[in-house]
Amino acid sequence: MTTASPDQRLGRHELSHLDALESEAVFIFREVAAELERPVVLFSGGKDSIVLLRLAEKAFRPAGFPFPVMHIDTGHNFPEVLDFRDRRVAELGERLIVASVQESIDKGRAVEEPGENSSRNRLQTVTLLDAILEHGFDACFGGGRRDEEKARAKERVFSFRDEFGQWDPKRQRPELWSLYNGRIRKGEHIRAFPISNWTELDVWQYIQREQLEVPEMYFAHRRQVVERDTMLLAVSQWIQPRADETPFEATVRYRTVGDMNCTGAVESGAATVEQIIEEVAATRITERGATRADDRFSEAAMEDRKKEGYF
Amino acid sequence: MELLRLATAGSVDDGKSTLIGRLLYDSKAIFEDQLASVERASVQRGHEYTNLALLTDGLRAEREQGITIDVAYRYFATPRRKFIIADTPGHVQYTRNMVTGASTADVAVILVDARKGLLEQSRRHAFIATLLRIPHLVVAVNKMDLVDWDEERFHAIVADFSAFATSLLEVADVTFIPMSALQGDNVVDRSEHMPWYAGLPLLEHLETVHIAEDRNLVDLRFPVQYVIRPISGAHHDYRGYAGQVAGGVLRPGDEVMVLPSGQRTRVAGIDTYDGPVEEAFTGMSVTVRLADEVDVSRGDMIVRPDDQPSTSQDVEAVVCWMVDQPLREGGRFAIKHTTRWARAVVGDLRYRLDVNTLDRDEAATELALNEIGHLRLRVTAPLMHDPYGENRTTGSFVLVDEATNVTAGAGMIVSG
Repeated sequence: MTTASPDQRLGRHELSHLDALESEAVFIFREVAAELERPVVLFSGGKDSIVLLRLAEKAFRPAGFPFPVMHIDTGHNFPEVLDFRDRRVAELGERLIVASVQESIDKGRAVEEPGENSSRNRLQTVTLLDAILEHGFDACFGGGRRDEEKARAKERVFSFRDEFGQWDPKRQRPELWSLYNGRIRKGEHIRAFPISNWTELDVWQYIQREQLEVPEMYFAHRRQVVERDTMLLAVSQWIQPRADETPFEATVRYRTVGDMNCTGAVESGAATVEQIIEEVAATRITERGATRADDRFSEAAMEDRKKEGYF
Repeated sequence: MELLRLATAGSVDDGKSTLIGRLLYDSKAIFEDQLASVERASVQRGHEYTNLALLTDGLRAEREQGITIDVAYRYFATPRRKFIIADTPGHVQYTRNMVTGASTADVAVILVDARKGLLEQSRRHAFIATLLRIPHLVVAVNKMDLVDWDEERFHAIVADFSAFATSLLEVADVTFIPMSALQGDNVVDRSEHMPWYAGLPLLEHLETVHIAEDRNLVDLRFPVQYVIRPISGAHHDYRGYAGQVAGGVLRPGDEVMVLPSGQRTRVAGIDTYDGPVEEAFTGMSVTVRLADEVDVSRGDMIVRPDDQPSTSQDVEAVVCWMVDQPLREGGRFAIKHTTRWARAVVGDLRYRLDVNTLDRDEAATELALNEIGHLRLRVTAPLMHDPYGENRTTGSFVLVDEATNVTAGAGMIVSG
């Protein structure tokens, strides 16, 4: 618990909302570590997983993490995010596992979806499930939040996955009080979401409070972009302007970190965490709606991917 | 800013989705793309108006069938508080969902249709909220616009509920609010149609209801969750007992006892990632160091020697059953209580409770899905417990089917 910014409105023995959310997340980390044999924490280099790693420090220091850190590398990442990933994990002194989607494709485990600019988002599921099997993981911590999306809003903190990694929304285990049920059979696993109850704003407020470093792309910068399906996509080796598109330079920032070919930027002048907090508090569009082409295919896009074993 | 957990109960017909939609919309927690998606879906399905229920019904299966099958969580904040809503459906067969949503709630909002008055369902919701010891209850008498904002009608429902409430175990703090979620009367803004109502609109009530005193800050209960032992030279001798304080206040120097062993020692220090702290109170996750080398492991509990919970292998509890396979006397289950797992066998089923009439059926021999009963359990290891009414953490447990690993029942300890 930090005492860096005491909230004058709180009485004695009252926790601020960030302290309450932090305590709950720390509890979840410890519960998984105590009940499951081989957990792993997923780290994308994005803001939610940056918060996850800080919460893991809060849960286990002065000891090391009782699990490794794993990144599912789609091969379409923003290069600065990969640099950030390596630096952050090295600073923490923890072990990093990189599971590569390209390798899954090369081995014939996954097939690139047809079409220009196809997303590797779905393919990540194959790589993730293979990595879970290869390393014998029985629990994966993820940075999923219930405020992100409708299907996530109904997912448990301890989300049970069968031997195929599938999520069955109709057969979720009841989850009461803080009595999480991590019992599984061999081959099954638990996805654990310590920041289920956090919102995008909570995440930024926590980043500010904890003075966490995040990749530069979250802050306003100048970048060559094209406008496609009402989203601004960075011109890169994966995104080339089509005949009817004129690339232009804009001041943008990213609200989420995903693949370069499906993550849109938003026009923004927010150059500091404080300014991002102001912007997020005032925004009227969800982060996924604004920036993720992969969630736009259908009303149930996330539900369908989750059933297959997605994060 | 404080966090308040809210459970809502009522069916779509009571206007629950409309109410939640309005709270979210008026507090700017609904985003334009979400609203646009709901508008698109409403048009696609031929609804005459933008159906806010689509906003909270998350899964394809639910949208296709027009029902809510599970608990969904929603978030919104005002400058005064941050809110988590556990949105639970009101259908007969979903008692288990309401119990789930209610288990962590500070406030329950029960919707009543002003035209229909107290239905069997409203009584059931009020009973479950009381059983789960939600400290604050709001009876939202909705659709007042459809009864011409009639004060008499409102007071008749208040009287009805109050009469019913006297038969409940122990009624929480109850507030009645007449409203129209559709028109926004008394949700965020005070109603101009009901000058006779002197109380607060719902949101203001939720922002100001005093929840800090609901926690038990008297009886120290620290269930040990995880033992921290760094394997490194720098912290070679470090041994800390991590956990979340479930009751009371703990300070360095305090005389404590470790249960079930009964060994006594002192608190040497309380650590967090951000440094040592002078006290740890209910809700905080900390790491406790003890002055002496005592044998402590996950599932043990640190308490004060002069203020101990009951420690026994037999408990009496009220259990809500949550799976198809009925619970019967003699049934064996895994049990999780605080951070401790053990096995339990169901002894005497004292009675089954009719959640609608509150009648006790003492001849009952089993509990089916969504049924609630009072029973005895014999546990393989002692549980350090308090009555649920005194501590929701040390007074609760879940029963898990050992064959399927599914959480099958939720229990609230009456006594041991």
